[in-house]
Amino acid sequence: MTAVICRHFGLNHIAVAEDIASDTFLKASEHWALNGIPENPVAWLYAVAKNKAKDYLRHLHVVQNHSERNNSLVEEPAIDVEIDERIIRDSQLAMIFAVCNPAIPPEGQICLALQVLCGFSLQEISNAFLTNRETIKKRLQRARQHLRNNEFSLEHLSEKHIASRLDTVLKTIYLLFNEGYFSETHPSAIRKDLCSEAVRLALILTENSLTCTPKVNALLALMCFQISRLEARINAEGKTVLFEEQDRKMWDQQMINLGNYYLIAATEGNDISKYHLEAGIAYWHTTEDKNKWQHILRLYNQLILIEYSPMTALSRAFAISKVYGNSEAISEVEKLQLDSIYHYYALLGYLHSTIDKKKAIENYEKAISLTTSPAAKQRLTEEMARLQ
Amino acid sequence: MKEFALIFRLKDIADFKPSPEQMQERMNWLAGIAAQNKLVDKGNTLLPVKGSAKVVKADRVVTDGPYTEIKEFISGYVIIRAENIDEAVEIAKGNPIFEQVGGNIEIREVLKRD
Repeated sequence: MTAVICRHFGLNHIAVAEDIASDTFLKASEHWALNGIPENPVAWLYAVAKNKAKDYLRHLHVVQNHSERNNSLVEEPAIDVEIDERIIRDSQLAMIFAVCNPAIPPEGQICLALQVLCGFSLQEISNAFLTNRETIKKRLQRARQHLRNNEFSLEHLSEKHIASRLDTVLKTIYLLFNEGYFSETHPSAIRKDLCSEAVRLALILTENSLTCTPKVNALLALMCFQISRLEARINAEGKTVLFEEQDRKMWDQQMINLGNYYLIAATEGNDISKYHLEAGIAYWHTTEDKNKWQHILRLYNQLILIEYSPMTALSRAFAISKVYGNSEAISEVEKLQLDSIYHYYALLGYLHSTIDKKKAIENYEKAISLTTSPAAKQRLTEEMARLQ
Repeated sequence: MKEFALIFRLKDIADFKPSPEQMQERMNWLAGIAAQNKLVDKGNTLLPVKGSAKVVKADRVVTDGPYTEIKEFISGYVIIRAENIDEAVEIAKGNPIFEQVGGNIEIREVLKRD
């Protein structure tokens, strides 16, 4: 709603747009409590917002005339605040591109996206980032400064802006999703919220022919495959369940089908992005194919050639163990020199567990000493206990 | 850290088309370098076949390919990052082409033009 109203006022009046949006929801909560929820709540909300926007513009007009000492002739301005489904869709799309400004650091973009596009409160964002409100507030202030300074028009999202910012948009959505999916410390409700908001934003991109690129579809496919395992991944106590111990019956087949659908859509054209490769890996994980680890290793090989990351290097080594055995993988891992992250020792511990229990325990101990996450500590301690 | 070009040479044109298994082993080797964050440029394959390889010599004499006169031909290159040439040599030793088809790898430190 903020996005739609901003379309009329411009980004430098984003605060006014947000006020109108929150006034509208306040009015809704009062009115609906007394009179029940209207037949078409969305239309109701936008009708109220539209009137509030008109009132504001009229008020502005009067004030301006007054200051010009011209109050005898207050002519009613032709105020037209148009709102329909297409405008709602386009405004949200344009706002995504406004928020994903390369000048704003990635974590600022995510905070801003959560606030402006997903309607999260300051407290909810702080919870999502496990950071105090003050830090988030400052981060948002800096990000909003950029937003206002920018001469970005929400009304005419140009192809130039789309081309230059689409990668940043995808990265922000990807990070938002991962924040929800991989964090070991969040309550599962917050995790699901972050994941589904990331999917919602990506879906908006698929609805416009200019932004519905193979990369967007690949990212959506990846997120669908990951979400299909969300329930199986977290047990009743909120702890992460490792892939191999997950109950496959809990995987959401509908999400897997959706992932397949977007993966096929992603294969148009010759573009192979890291989202394609990651979606491919996630796809093979959903299958029971006997050669699946060979496919997964091949995709990890391609992924690490596109972009180095320590986690990709370690996941690739895990795939090597599945294809060539643990000893082969150990020598590959030892070359990585990632001795500052606990995952490195956790993987070595796992790989040694079938070969040399003493070494496995030593590595698990190092891993435990390196992590601050209580969940990871507990999981590693359990792994170690199994060996003793 | 210094940069080194690894230049691959093969003996026989027939070795140029690796089998899927050989390809997988070569990819594993290359990705293994990338996994250590030591790959600067994954390089390219240089086609040795007729129509894709010519040599211009003195007096602008053009001949077909380098492979008509010398036994070995360059088949490709990659650029890696290493502390010193010994480390680069160790990395090159791990390349599966020695078991697969023979050939050799030349290691040359890169001196950047400014």
